[in-house]
Amino acid sequence: MSDGSPPHDRVWEVFRQEAEGDPMIHSGNVRAPDEELAMHYAREFYGRRQESNRLWVVARDAITELDDPDLLKPPFDRSFKRPGGYLIKHKLEAAKARAGTPAAGEAQE
Amino acid sequence: MNDQERADAFYAHVVGGGKVEADDWMPDDYRAAVLKFVEMHANSELMGVLPEREWILRAPTLKRKLALTSKVQDEVGHAQLLYRVAEDLGKPREEMLADLMAGKTKFHNVFHYPTRSWGDVGIIAWLVDAAAIVSQQALRDSSYAPYARTMKKICWEESVHIMHGRDVVLTLMNGTARQRQMVQEALDRWWGPLMQMHGPPTDPATDRDLIWKIKSKGNEQLRQEFLSIYVPRIWELGLTVPDPELGYDEVEGRWHYTEPDWAELRNVVTGHGPMSQERLEFRRTNHAATQWVRDAVLGAPSAAA
Repeated sequence: MSDGSPPHDRVWEVFRQEAEGDPMIHSGNVRAPDEELAMHYAREFYGRRQESNRLWVVARDAITELDDPDLLKPPFDRSFKRPGGYLIKHKLEAAKARAGTPAAGEAQE
Repeated sequence: MNDQERADAFYAHVVGGGKVEADDWMPDDYRAAVLKFVEMHANSELMGVLPEREWILRAPTLKRKLALTSKVQDEVGHAQLLYRVAEDLGKPREEMLADLMAGKTKFHNVFHYPTRSWGDVGIIAWLVDAAAIVSQQALRDSSYAPYARTMKKICWEESVHIMHGRDVVLTLMNGTARQRQMVQEALDRWWGPLMQMHGPPTDPATDRDLIWKIKSKGNEQLRQEFLSIYVPRIWELGLTVPDPELGYDEVEGRWHYTEPDWAELRNVVTGHGPMSQERLEFRRTNHAATQWVRDAVLGAPSAAA
């Protein structure tokens, strides 16, 4: 900061992995002038009880966010995108009856 | 949508149990209320280490010294996490620290009192932290989501402090008659401030922090919960709670107690407690003495000169 501007630091978001293989979960954030010091703070806040397997620090301004419900939760029927959107029980029974294969419960006979 | 409609929709959202993130739009009233609440909490964590810090060099064993040092580090860490939450609401950390040191903002009443013996250290870590965790657990449901998330982490660490405090108290209670007396004297000193700590009962119909779900439980409800959990644990050790009116009313389903001294509470939190000025002076001296560290870290020109 040799230009005489006031000192400034940035906000870094901290992500923590609890155990090997776990997802990285957002934990909070720290304020620091660079990533080295941000990681020191993150370690002191989120890793001093052996509760973390891995930490990430990401500059907040490097994150792009989308939370628009019109895009993420559109009010249309999206059931065709989920397994539960397909109700096959009665169709399967009808298909089996048509084919003459044993229905459930009669399999032992 | 005009501003009023937008605010109405916002309040309907939080009253209905909805959550708010830092970069969501929020009315100024809500922002100011959350900021005030979180800032006071952060101040309390920062000032709360000073009474305990006084005992690090006088801890009776190495293990106690390590535990106490760790607790102090935890509490300063909580202050940092909470100041971050507050900063994102728009008030810079430097300004919050300046306001604290100038006596413009408050911190919890219990940190305005002296610590006379090692018994006080046990009672503070056990019961002051217990009274605090009762309210902090309720804040995990706060409508302001960054605060609620931070409280989950803080509560987890506070539960360690309570065990540390209870262990200190139990060790003394299993010791000599003089040590048991030390705990009783500490309890006698701290009971008044403990009963004041959650604040006077508020009217749920007008308490905005409650209506907007910034906090989820009222002052009196928190005090009742504290009494229900901790009075039996105090009594079972053979200690006497210094309040002849204290007792549980089975019919009403609530604890009766002598009305706490609300005038003392007001007096203490406005900077007129027995240690208020000394503790603030320590904070000011410490802030000035560590300025070079902040300058070095932030690369301020004065540090290079």
